[in-house]
Amino acid sequence: MNEVPCTAVPPASVMRGPNDYKSDVKPVWCPGCGDFGVVNALAKAMAKMALEPQDVAVVSGIGCSSRIPAYMASYGFHGVHGRALAAGTGLKIARPDLTVIVTGGDGDGYSIGGNHFLHACRRNVDMTYIVMDNRVYGMTKGQASPTTEPDWDSKLSPDGTGLREFQPLVIALTSGANFIARGFTGDPNGLADLIERAVRHPGFSFIEVLSPCVTFRPEQKEWKKLVKSDALRPTADLPRAARRLLRDTGFDLGVLYAGDRPPYAPRGPRAARAPSDLEARFAL
Amino acid sequence: MKKQRLPRTVEEFMAFAYAMEVEASDRYAELAEQMSTHHNREVSELFAKLARIEGKHRDQIAAQMGWTRTPDVPVFRWESPEGPETTDYGELHYLMQPYHALKLAEHNEQRAVEFFERFAAARVPADVKAVALEMAGEEREHVRLIGEWLARVPPPEPGWDEDMDPPAVAD
Repeated sequence: MNEVPCTAVPPASVMRGPNDYKSDVKPVWCPGCGDFGVVNALAKAMAKMALEPQDVAVVSGIGCSSRIPAYMASYGFHGVHGRALAAGTGLKIARPDLTVIVTGGDGDGYSIGGNHFLHACRRNVDMTYIVMDNRVYGMTKGQASPTTEPDWDSKLSPDGTGLREFQPLVIALTSGANFIARGFTGDPNGLADLIERAVRHPGFSFIEVLSPCVTFRPEQKEWKKLVKSDALRPTADLPRAARRLLRDTGFDLGVLYAGDRPPYAPRGPRAARAPSDLEARFAL
Repeated sequence: MKKQRLPRTVEEFMAFAYAMEVEASDRYAELAEQMSTHHNREVSELFAKLARIEGKHRDQIAAQMGWTRTPDVPVFRWESPEGPETTDYGELHYLMQPYHALKLAEHNEQRAVEFFERFAAARVPADVKAVALEMAGEEREHVRLIGEWLARVPPPEPGWDEDMDPPAVAD
């Protein structure tokens, strides 16, 4: 795993604008990629909350969208495929003072990391999970992902996979996520607002972000005509949220559910041994 | 959606105009970086130039208002997801040409004209209305200037977006 160094830690109590939360590393995404909107929204949200960059850790797995930690001027961890939530959970338990934001794509989060997603919802550790869903594996050149439509015809899946799509919001709700929302990268201001609410909400917060892949799914440029802002209104009533999902178009934006389950808090004393003791056991 | 409270003073109105220019300038700078990363130098330089132009407009507003610090802009939802002068990320293509970039800029300026005109037509105090009309006039001038600029730039040939070495996987 590669640890991304903190590239900019200005002195505390400095007024920062969104650009101060972006690192000097320039994104290599395709021009037009939706993921730019997430970096933009995340930086805006962090500025609005006046978070100290050294108090934030952005953790990711593998994929185009998982490059995000390098682009933020906070601490970051670019981990292994599908294991971003496991790394984020460990980090939050060890360092509860940090604001932990886990990021990734639909392949990383719903397929390779699908098991971790279920249990992160169930455990309800206080962190935010942002999934940039473009319904395709972009980094590996356009294979169908768990959220790809069954009839999406491509060279790698002629006539479509025929497989039913993974339903992220349904899974999150039934698995126990404490905050569930959907945003769109074409509305970075609205997305920044969702991220702020998710970070402030106690427990496991999940934001499904519709993030078009202009290279392998150019038809997704039309999403901006399909999305409905503020179509989802927050409720703490689980059955009501579930009924709303029955009417969900997949393009309804907003907060679906904001529950009041207390976040997971480890019981018992903290480990007495210092990390350096553990490191010594792995010394070659 | 909850109805917006329209600015009631010139100060409030100009804070929105300032925010609009900041967002537009930052976005052009971001797009210049994107194009630079993809070695499209010509379009990168053009976006950088547009960022500087919008930046000047931003600074002009601050100077006109005598602001020494960034004004506080209340939460505001534009009629579109972002400000009327902000380019949508999705409009970019790595093979785009200066003509395309200028068409985007022209579209943005035109939206700004319409935004300020609608503002002036709304139920706002007379002094706010006057400033909104003045801003609409400035943006109209920008539309004209970009139109002149466009006339000097050749339109793209058909097939401009064909890539002989495309990113998509081969058969």
